[in-house]
Amino acid sequence: MAEVTGPEAKTRVLRPLTRPAGWGYTLTVGGLVAIFGWSLYAWSRQIQTGLGVTGLNVPVFWGVYIINFVFFIGISHAGTLISSILRITDTPWRRPFTRLAEAITVFSLPFGALSVIVDLGRPDRLLHVVRYPHFTSAILWDVVCISTYLITSCLYFYLALVPDIALCRDRLPETPAWRKRLYRTLALGWQGTPVQWRTLDRLLTGMSIFLFALVVSVHTNVSFVFGMTLKPGWHTTIISPFFVLGAIYSGVATVIVLAALFRRLYRLEDLMTEAHFRSCAKFLLALCCFWLYAMIVEHLFVFYGKETAELRILEAKFWGPYAPLFWTMVACCFGIPFTVLAVPRWRTIRNLVVIGLVIDVGMWLERYTIIVPSGAYPYLPWGVGTYRPSWVEVSVTAGWLAGFLALILLFARLFPVLTVWEVREELGEARFSLGAPVPAGTVDMAGASPSPWIPPLGGRGSPTGAGQSPSLATDASLQRFRPSFVSKMRQT
Amino acid sequence: MVRWAMAIDLEKCSGCQACVVACAAENNVPLGSPQEATMGRLIRWLQMLPRIEGEYPHVRAEVIPMMCFQCERPPCTYVCPVAATYKNPQGIVAQIYWRCIGCRYCVNACPFTLKWFNWFQPRWPATMAEATNPDVSLRDKGVTEKCTFCHHRLQQAKDRTRAEGRPLRPEDYRPACVEACPQGALVFGDLDDPESPVARLARSPRAFRFLEELGTQPKVYFLAATPEA
Repeated sequence: MAEVTGPEAKTRVLRPLTRPAGWGYTLTVGGLVAIFGWSLYAWSRQIQTGLGVTGLNVPVFWGVYIINFVFFIGISHAGTLISSILRITDTPWRRPFTRLAEAITVFSLPFGALSVIVDLGRPDRLLHVVRYPHFTSAILWDVVCISTYLITSCLYFYLALVPDIALCRDRLPETPAWRKRLYRTLALGWQGTPVQWRTLDRLLTGMSIFLFALVVSVHTNVSFVFGMTLKPGWHTTIISPFFVLGAIYSGVATVIVLAALFRRLYRLEDLMTEAHFRSCAKFLLALCCFWLYAMIVEHLFVFYGKETAELRILEAKFWGPYAPLFWTMVACCFGIPFTVLAVPRWRTIRNLVVIGLVIDVGMWLERYTIIVPSGAYPYLPWGVGTYRPSWVEVSVTAGWLAGFLALILLFARLFPVLTVWEVREELGEARFSLGAPVPAGTVDMAGASPSPWIPPLGGRGSPTGAGQSPSLATDASLQRFRPSFVSKMRQT
Repeated sequence: MVRWAMAIDLEKCSGCQACVVACAAENNVPLGSPQEATMGRLIRWLQMLPRIEGEYPHVRAEVIPMMCFQCERPPCTYVCPVAATYKNPQGIVAQIYWRCIGCRYCVNACPFTLKWFNWFQPRWPATMAEATNPDVSLRDKGVTEKCTFCHHRLQQAKDRTRAEGRPLRPEDYRPACVEACPQGALVFGDLDDPESPVARLARSPRAFRFLEELGTQPKVYFLAATPEA
């Protein structure tokens, strides 16, 4: 019998923060940090010896590092999509996922940027990009875009975190002194007054719109690095939208995997419900179909155009040496996810986790089949290049993944993995859509199917109706946790 | 304005590779090891592109000497994030080694695959290391390099003619490969002078340029070999 009330939802989310770290957690984080350390050693070998320690050669000048770059930047777009674009459109099922999505953005972006730095022959000259900028280069604009994106999303992540840090400050009396000090400092004196909520609401909405533009421009720019060259296989018109789409696709898949992980670890079954995941699955299904469309269009143009150099790459991908990778990629990005997601009964959380991982593998392979074959088949017949990642490249890839996961796990020990105030908002919202006289701050979960406090998609109660409810206007505790409600009050 | 250009007569070229050796010696290009060769990592500012036409038994094979084409609109210069590669006032695509960050974007952007990357610190046998050309800077690991039409020779020619108090004539400046060719298959000169040998060859009906359709306007012309009767 699950009875979730607003205050209980809070403690449920905060409970994992008070529990001492188990040996499983310590061992996992330790292992991840060790893998990351090993990757730094591999990198140091590369700095010492030169990029010759990789599998790169003439003409495959770009390999796993650049693939990782596109992959990590792609994953980071999940955060922006779920937390900003879905926040602007006020999509209800996003709420339990926003915090994790933003964390994925903030923690995967540095590894995307690092992937480019690892790829440099002279990482010691990195600052030359600032000292001698050359504005016709897509790489320079990548630097501009990605640093803007990193700063903005860090700020956005932090701002949405402030009310929850304040919650930690107020509700976790038994934490060690250093954590108390950390929460006190980071909470910025947040008291949850209407003025503060209004400011936060405005800031988040404004930044959401800015991030919306950024998410498109960042990955467009990443695609420019390839599309703006004359290289066969890269020089296509659809590459930018395809990149943005692929980024969002892999990002949402990653959010699902990590959300399911924390749902299990932190016992958040009643806050992240099956219904949330099912909505997410439908969204993923739509992305999956779009992905197939873009993939077909891209290759159909090449096939129909019959340009010699382009066709050589297409053949290498379809039935040549890259065929195993290419068709695995198609299976991972479309075949397997579509089959599972298309059947409503198969959209279980366990299946979604598997699908999420499969999509991530598929999207990584997609970048591989974009970047490597184009390198291996240049215009002039210099002889076909082969490329096999070396142990250094494999180590760095593993290290970056481990570092990313370690940061997420460390974060989840210190701060709530759910946006508590947004989840509370959802608890409140649900009552208006149900229109039932439920006591303020309490939501009855009993006997409901699937979950009465999750409004059906597109069937939410209108916000104006919410504002007219007299019992709500007087509910002070609810006002504190409903910023959008406060701003609506201000308008009327 | 002088536009330095080259014409390569494939009719005259015997594929002896004297140009390849001359280039490597002149520009301090490391020999490279067999391992590097297997990995496809040799650096050759000038190298032979093998071309095989037809099917057995009617096969025609040839090798074509290729160096940087010094495009009028070089795709490699647009993409460099630090402007380490650029087209200098003489129309030669230059590379600033100390500025290059080694991102290999220009190497990727070159449609002809004629730019090179230092995968390792370059090494020479001890006797050769003492005999590097002092006029050409040595490159570090992790930077891109390329043919410069022996640009240092242009500097020397300018100094020499200034000392002699006379204007620079096209014959004062010839890259090492041109000088080394025993058949005189490589012709170098000013494309803007309609009477220069290179301009005349460029107008020949046999003349063609590689991947002209991409619009990079290479300044290296090739003269097709007439098929043997």
